Amino acid sequence: MTLLYSEVEEELRAAVRGLLADRCPPAAVLKRIESEPYDLDLWKTLAGEIGVAGLLVPEEHGGAGASASEAAVVLEELGRGVAPVPFLTSAVLATRALLPTGDALLGELAEGRRTAALVVPFAANPYRPADGVRAEGGRLTGTVTGVAGADVADVLLVPAGGRLHAVEEGAAVQVVPSLDLTRPVATVTFDGVPAREVGACDLGEVLAFGAGLLASEQLGVAGWCLDTTLAYVKERHQFARPVGSFQAIKHRLADLWLDVVRARAAARSAATDGSPVSVAVAQSWNAGVAVHAAEEALQLHGGIGMTWEHPVHLYLKRAKASEIALGTPGDHRAALASLVDVPGPE
Amino acid sequence: MDVTIKERVAAFLAEHDPDGDRLEFLRARFDAGLAWVWFPQGLGGLGAPRELQQVVERELAGTPQINSGVQGIGLGMAAPTILTFGTEDQKRRFLRPLWTGEEIWCQLFSEPGAGSDLATLATRAVRDGDEWVVDGQKVWTSGAHHARWAILVARTDPDVPKHRGLTYFVCDMHAPGVEVRPLRQITGEAEFNEVFLTGVRLPDDLRLGEVGDGWRVAQTTLMNERVAIGGAPVRRGGGMVGVVLDAWRARPELRTHDLHQRLLSLWVESEVTRLSGARLREQLAAGQPGPEGSGLKLSFARLNQALTGFEMEFGRELGYDDWTFRRSEDVDFYGRGPGYRYLRAKGNSIEGGTSEILRNIISERVLGLPSEPRVDKDVPWKDLPR
Repeated sequence: MTLLYSEVEEELRAAVRGLLADRCPPAAVLKRIESEPYDLDLWKTLAGEIGVAGLLVPEEHGGAGASASEAAVVLEELGRGVAPVPFLTSAVLATRALLPTGDALLGELAEGRRTAALVVPFAANPYRPADGVRAEGGRLTGTVTGVAGADVADVLLVPAGGRLHAVEEGAAVQVVPSLDLTRPVATVTFDGVPAREVGACDLGEVLAFGAGLLASEQLGVAGWCLDTTLAYVKERHQFARPVGSFQAIKHRLADLWLDVVRARAAARSAATDGSPVSVAVAQSWNAGVAVHAAEEALQLHGGIGMTWEHPVHLYLKRAKASEIALGTPGDHRAALASLVDVPGPE
Repeated sequence: MDVTIKERVAAFLAEHDPDGDRLEFLRARFDAGLAWVWFPQGLGGLGAPRELQQVVERELAGTPQINSGVQGIGLGMAAPTILTFGTEDQKRRFLRPLWTGEEIWCQLFSEPGAGSDLATLATRAVRDGDEWVVDGQKVWTSGAHHARWAILVARTDPDVPKHRGLTYFVCDMHAPGVEVRPLRQITGEAEFNEVFLTGVRLPDDLRLGEVGDGWRVAQTTLMNERVAIGGAPVRRGGGMVGVVLDAWRARPELRTHDLHQRLLSLWVESEVTRLSGARLREQLAAGQPGPEGSGLKLSFARLNQALTGFEMEFGRELGYDDWTFRRSEDVDFYGRGPGYRYLRAKGNSIEGGTSEILRNIISERVLGLPSEPRVDKDVPWKDLPR
């Protein structure tokens, strides 16, 4: 196991970063979030031409047969750009849920021809998964709140009673005003909607897998915040000096850099070994680092950081929402107590 | 390479009995190039990639070992500096007994008036024919009471700005005029010393590097020191967090919910720090030296202080095992009990570059942030206000 990036991963990173810089820089994301947050043209290029949608799908099902480690590098770049595309929700969470069933839908997801969403609250705790939908006679009934990616999904994958069901039509998807403008959540209601049962679903495993990879997205968010703040404090002058020459600022950024360095090691560990301990460690650490990085970025930009026109708020909102998503840092630390034998009071 | 190195070790073991004389065995190991394989041939190494050292250590695990505690300054700081800047004669004279532990080394850098601002140091070295005459006072010198040699930085030209008038020497700790006085520290022990240098005569062939080039030579020493101090534990749950975990598991009746939450956070921080240490070692082995090294010491200091403070609070122990003054055998972060650990850890953010200076180094050399305005940069050292 290595914690470094392979050449293939660096090439993939360069391709994704180049495309985002060209088609979807933060200013462009900012412009679209109040009308149509998701950039589905961009998603089509990412999924189809660069082939990111099929990374986690084995070749026999029409995918690239890559590993979580490559998907993690894509997530780093998407986090860095707060890119409004359904990669995490469709190509990671929904795809992972579908993989054990070997369903034919996998091929369509892998090619990016269709997009899916896993109908669970994005804030679900992977260690205590619960499904809120009832399946009876091929029909689904129930309401799930806070679902990410459902509004742009062609197919909804619904866990109910330990089984996974595919719904193509008939569900009501109502997007609600969301903290994270670049990944809004929706309320999904099934009122006796016909569904196709596709196989078994180990929801906790799927959510934990997603949590491990989310750590890489959080690393990307933190990385952008650090780099953008560094550039700003070198340029911004007060008291006839760059503000980045004051130790009060330098020391905060040195500490932040050190947090990000450790977030990189944690993200790599979760992506390459994927064990429950690595996932819990990465989420416990990286979720907080992304939030802290965004908060520091805002503060060190001064008043400009508080304005709607500067993209730093997109990163703060993404970071805070991601901290809550797929288990809070506290949920993951609680899991570590038994995973690494640090028992609580008796 | 892996197989060849194993063959080399096997051939060495076939000729040298590990159960025989310890010193003879260590000398032979040095001569076989198995001391530090990345050093050149003839100087205890094979000119091999550094990561092969792990193989050697594994193969020789059950044999007589050097004492990396007492020899720490020699191995971690003096040796790389001698290797980089020493003459062939100096390398041949010093490296072998340094590695075997026959000669212990200490470091004469800091002074009462020159701590974080090391370059302002005032110990003078004045040339007298083929010799230098050294006068001054050094401080925080760990292990000076065991040392045969020291690495010394002294001022040879007070008329130029502070960084330019320094020269680096090897100091003979047995020379007349060297006086070592123990300096008792907050643990009750004396791990370090004050060293007074009065008319100490050093032959010019103990000079390391050019006259006036001492600052550059010292940088090599200091960068190696930080890597040595920051070396994170290799095992998950090892190091200081391991000590705390042992206590935690042994005393369930003392656990509280508040302490449990804090311990889990510290466990996570220890683990991500360990992982970045592992990543750094991989980068070094792959020939991509990363800037992470300067950060590890910072994390290590913060964690050690937090963990040892936690252990005290957890144990609810108001005693201390023993305040009796004594001289320490070596630099020891763990000591005899939680009280010692807590107090000793306070030094971790001061020794080898304070955490504040390390943050300056990271922000300027890694992050490219501008330095604070420096008023003393172009002023001759003798004219600086003091």
